[in-house]
Amino acid sequence: MTRSRYAYYPGCSGQGTSREYDSSTRAMCQDLGFELIDIPDWNCCGSTPAHAVDHLLSASLVARNLAIAEDMDVDGIITPCPSCLKNLKTTQHRMLRPEFHAEVQKVLGRVVRADLPIKSVLQVLVEDAGIERIAQESTAPLTGLKVVPYYGCIMNRPPDVMRFDDPENPMALDNILTAIGIEVLPFALKTDCCGASLGTTRRDVVARLSGRVLDAAAAAGADAIVTACPLCQMNLDMRQAQINKANGSHHRLPVFYYSQLIMLAAGQLGERIGLDKLCVSPFSLLSSLGSQTGEARS
Amino acid sequence: MSATIQTKSYDAAFVSAVRRESEQDLALCYQCGNCTAGCPVSFAYDFPVNQIMYLVQTGRKMEALSSHAIWLCASCETCTTRCPNDIDVARVMDVLRHMARQEGLVAEHSIHAFWDSFLSSVEKYGRVFELGLMASYIGKTGRVLTDADLAPVALRKGKLSFKPHDICGVAEVRDIFKRYREHRS
Repeated sequence: MTRSRYAYYPGCSGQGTSREYDSSTRAMCQDLGFELIDIPDWNCCGSTPAHAVDHLLSASLVARNLAIAEDMDVDGIITPCPSCLKNLKTTQHRMLRPEFHAEVQKVLGRVVRADLPIKSVLQVLVEDAGIERIAQESTAPLTGLKVVPYYGCIMNRPPDVMRFDDPENPMALDNILTAIGIEVLPFALKTDCCGASLGTTRRDVVARLSGRVLDAAAAAGADAIVTACPLCQMNLDMRQAQINKANGSHHRLPVFYYSQLIMLAAGQLGERIGLDKLCVSPFSLLSSLGSQTGEARS
Repeated sequence: MSATIQTKSYDAAFVSAVRRESEQDLALCYQCGNCTAGCPVSFAYDFPVNQIMYLVQTGRKMEALSSHAIWLCASCETCTTRCPNDIDVARVMDVLRHMARQEGLVAEHSIHAFWDSFLSSVEKYGRVFELGLMASYIGKTGRVLTDADLAPVALRKGKLSFKPHDICGVAEVRDIFKRYREHRS
């Protein structure tokens, strides 16, 4: 494999609520031979609030990051966060219209081409490294662990903008997790919405939607949920106690980032993997796995 | 929640504004209901999303812009993904909330306040500062106990910072907001 150089966009949550996603993603990419260079002095993409307030504002906030990355001599821009990804790619898509491109440049105050490839870390993992390579690195496969893969709603949507995997039945996570020895259960809710940023403003909505995901995962017989989205993970993990209280449920389901499990299966432990950052502790689950692999992890 | 659609006069300027801003032709919507069937937040809406599309088709501006639904849409893109006529429904929902905000019609005050607080944080620091965002949101809404139960957990896990994540180019970000406002005024 040729070593790829990517401009890395961590997203704001990577410095806060999803710091273990950021650190395990960086570790994973390093192991698999990707060179990540942070977009220097990147700014927030505005997330949902910006596009819900004005598309020009949203695109202009994104475009500053695109413009900085264009001076970096890289093969593309990658981000672990689906919400950042959707904003980056939607902006690029809309800037194909010359009038909008001109408006964005005017608000941004500088020239931006908006032509670098933009991908999720998950996409470059599958397309550049490949499932076989991930399987090869997996020296301590997580045999015995049963999970449901939870992609969240926007990793692959809308399909004509995101252009990766299937928007209704994505398989990238399924295939990666299977390759590292995990039993992946069929999961009908794999692309359902968790309630996203309504957690703060309308907790009732998140209790219902994320509660449904937790209920279905437990009913499927999963030991844990695996995510690729900081907001999904936060709703399912940090809010799990809130959801239990609202719904009268008693879930204790660990919610991993897929990058944590890839590193775990590669025999890596420690601060960068950040298992201790999860609110629902995964340690008793991991130590209950086969003694061969469990000892090292308990 | 439920509501009935009243017969009102057709606001042609509204229909063409939605069409222009969203770049979507709602005449293509034949009310199949696929958007509503897949909408995860429908249970909390006053009008299901296909009826919001119908309000736009029939030019009922005030009913569309006064709805709770347009604020509650989680932007999950399921409707857009499943529309058989390739209408970007989620983009129409976005455009309707832009218009509602301009008209001062805010059916969901807490969501409006959260978005404003979020963007103020971005304008001030260049990146989101969670504690500042929550303080601002509580100040706007008076909801003092918002996620108070999560703060100790987030702190213990090292996921909440007491310092803003400010960037060197914060002046550039503030200029983006300034030029955006000038452009829109």
